[in-house]
Amino acid sequence: MSEQTGIDLSLKLVRAGEAAFELSVDLTLPSSGTTVIFGPSGGGKTTILRAIAGLEPDVKGHIRINQQTWQALGVFVPAHQRRVGFVFQHSALLPHLSVEQNLRYGWQRVGGTAVEYAQCVEQLDLAPLLQRAIGQLSGGERQRVALGRALLTRPGILLLDEPLAALDAARRSEILGVLERLKQTTTIPFLYVTHAVDEMSRLADYLVLMKGGRVRQAGPALEVMNHPDAPLALRDDAGVVVQATVEQRDAHGLLTLQSPMGTLYAHGPAHAPGDRLRVRIHARDVSLALSHYSDTSMLNILPVTVLAIRDGAGGQALIELSAGNQPQQRLLAKISYASVARLNIAPGLALWAQIKAVALLV
Amino acid sequence: MTAILAALWVTLKLATLTTVILLLLGTPLAWWLARTRSRFKAPLSAIVALPMVLPPTVLGFYLLVMLGPNGPLGQLTHALGWGSLAFTFWGLLLASVLYSLPFVVQPLQAGFASLDTSILDVAATLRASPFDRFKTVVIPLCRPAFITATVMGFAHTVGEFGVILMVGGNIEGETRVLSVLLYDRVEAMAYEQAHWLAGGLLIFSFVVLCLMQWYGQRLSHQTGEAR
Repeated sequence: MSEQTGIDLSLKLVRAGEAAFELSVDLTLPSSGTTVIFGPSGGGKTTILRAIAGLEPDVKGHIRINQQTWQALGVFVPAHQRRVGFVFQHSALLPHLSVEQNLRYGWQRVGGTAVEYAQCVEQLDLAPLLQRAIGQLSGGERQRVALGRALLTRPGILLLDEPLAALDAARRSEILGVLERLKQTTTIPFLYVTHAVDEMSRLADYLVLMKGGRVRQAGPALEVMNHPDAPLALRDDAGVVVQATVEQRDAHGLLTLQSPMGTLYAHGPAHAPGDRLRVRIHARDVSLALSHYSDTSMLNILPVTVLAIRDGAGGQALIELSAGNQPQQRLLAKISYASVARLNIAPGLALWAQIKAVALLV
Repeated sequence: MTAILAALWVTLKLATLTTVILLLLGTPLAWWLARTRSRFKAPLSAIVALPMVLPPTVLGFYLLVMLGPNGPLGQLTHALGWGSLAFTFWGLLLASVLYSLPFVVQPLQAGFASLDTSILDVAATLRASPFDRFKTVVIPLCRPAFITATVMGFAHTVGEFGVILMVGGNIEGETRVLSVLLYDRVEAMAYEQAHWLAGGLLIFSFVVLCLMQWYGQRLSHQTGEAR
């Protein structure tokens, strides 16, 4: 991740009246990779994206992207002069134009070349859609076109506002795959707003947690996600995310993964040795034992040491562990207070963690 | 027959110019009315709508007074060396523009108000300037409103009578339009010509309204299919 401070935001908005709302955000974001802004609805995430795009003239403050000042005291670059690509939540294709005309709309206005156009169509597999009317597209196809249309405007930053929210599960994973591939091939920084944990865990290189118009926590994604004090740890779906490499795959599609917490096993028929991916381990899928049982069907059993006992959501204890004898590698387990008492769990105790499920995120 | 042709020419010229002027002036006015939250919106909307309820003679009377040698507009036109506009084609055009204003502004305003404005944000992020957005997004998406406004503005001007008689009088080739000619023929007991004129205007109005209905049905059928 770049240390360059490419994206500098300071945004303030106070809305009085019935829909009272206050946004107050100061952020410095990396100028490459994907920054995910994560938080519940109504927390001001979308307003941040709209302000960057120049669509919220009421927001005060400053916006600097790649050394260009788009907003400051007395400066407000109009929306159409900002180099942004914006993918909106609901398909925002121009309904009176065909797919091809939608793609060309922004491309023409930035003086795009035929090569750029052809590459984009190829990369997003848009050729079969070009002659279609907007009404004939499925939700996933619409978002693919919207993505291509935004990329064709030579953006300095790509803003994505819950682009998967209106899609069904199958289409979501299709577009997530498209976004992941795109991430690998482009240098444009992505700013991605979502309230879905799976999207956040899969895409984020840098993570901003928002609530009530304020930043709760921001930092490199894995650090924020695995931090036991993070607001995320209090959620029902608390857990950790680990970077892993596929070591081998057996005939049944079972992967052997090497990770900082040790060897993990997970099913992933679509992956080959050498692939790098992220896995997510939910705290509720981790149980603790005093001895290493070998008479269990569970594959993933790791030595752990208790670091702290915290209050988790739903009247349960959230046990913070260091995993695989790596002091830096955290694992979270959510168990009942009765179990804490029965096993005499206290900081420093060595235990075995049994992991019921390891979810592959790619 | 030459009288009818002269009146027809004046009528068509008047209706065409009125419609063109109203589309140019009414579009920004309707856009503002559709989108503003200003407290002047209500009184301004009322002023625009006034010609729909006001007896045409009231509008005509005030215009006549204003255009006359002692009226403010009359003094202005005299100062500019144009003389009085009363009983001229240009005075008639001014009266028509005011009188047909709501028939152009209101359909446009309704069309603009029903436009989903988020689509304009989309166009802005695709580097379209405000005028560009209006040209390439608003006008195509509000085409039905523009067609309604054009047809209603034109047809309503053709159907004018009271204002014209007050402001323009009955000067052949200058201010005598078809509806005034009809009145003139009836006064002169020339019923055969009156029949031609009345029947012609009736058929014109009927055909225009039929076309509008047909267009409206086709449109709702199309959008119904698209869904």
